[in-house]
Amino acid sequence: MRSWASVWSRRTPPLPWAVSPVAVPILRQGRLLVVSVPASATDQDLRGLLDDLAERVGATGASGVVIDVSGIDVLDSFATRLLETVGQVAHLRGAATVIVGIQPEVAQAMVQLGLTLDAVATALDLEDGIARLGQDTTRDERDDDDGR
Amino acid sequence: MMDADVCLAVVSEDDVVAARQRGRALAEQVGMSASAQTMVATAISEISRNLVIYGGGGEMSLTIVADGARTGVQIVAADRGPGIADIDLAMSDGYSTGNSLGLGLPGARRLMDDFDLRSRPGEGTTVTMRKWLPES
Repeated sequence: MRSWASVWSRRTPPLPWAVSPVAVPILRQGRLLVVSVPASATDQDLRGLLDDLAERVGATGASGVVIDVSGIDVLDSFATRLLETVGQVAHLRGAATVIVGIQPEVAQAMVQLGLTLDAVATALDLEDGIARLGQDTTRDERDDDDGR
Repeated sequence: MMDADVCLAVVSEDDVVAARQRGRALAEQVGMSASAQTMVATAISEISRNLVIYGGGGEMSLTIVADGARTGVQIVAADRGPGIADIDLAMSDGYSTGNSLGLGLPGARRLMDDFDLRSRPGEGTTVTMRKWLPES
């Protein structure tokens, strides 16, 4: 089975009063979209990512989205709610979302803030996240067989 | 009032990031562990967001403090916004970060060792919080 990846990113026009925004690149791997959020991502970048993913899930017919946050050193309430929103929006568009790579210190701080990310699946790393989405796809196919 | 090591205006989203980076740097300077640094940075992020979203912008000071043998980091965040009408409610977990209306205050308090909030409707809000390096 061949697997391939293509890079798609959309440049947002630079705003005169802001540091020039860096669109977060979205990679495609089979039926999955893979995003690696850079450490330097601003609030604006994250909002842009939400918009981009909402569109790309539909445009590619993706069945899953993996968001790698291993480069992020603080996940506060804003960022966590945004990740949950990504999951909910992707779900409405027929895709499952997995957040991967939450660092140990970040996880500890999130628990103290009461941010449990219950609404979105999580996995330890990129490999686990992709494997998990693959398993979900397999389960759906089995359900189709049983339904006949 | 001791001289602050860092004083920042916190008015925009970019200032929130700057504040937590400065806070992390100060925590690291004092010798805190990676997880303690992250807790300081995260608490600063929450309180800074309150300054921006609810306080109409404000100021934050970061200071290395000493109390006898122990050393720590102190953050004072002040705004001249509308203030908090019901502090008990704002500090309860019913108003926790998970709730979209939450101010993140009980969470910030759990992340830090010392936490003090002063607020009067119409007079603004001041949050003072400290995290201490465990005595070795």
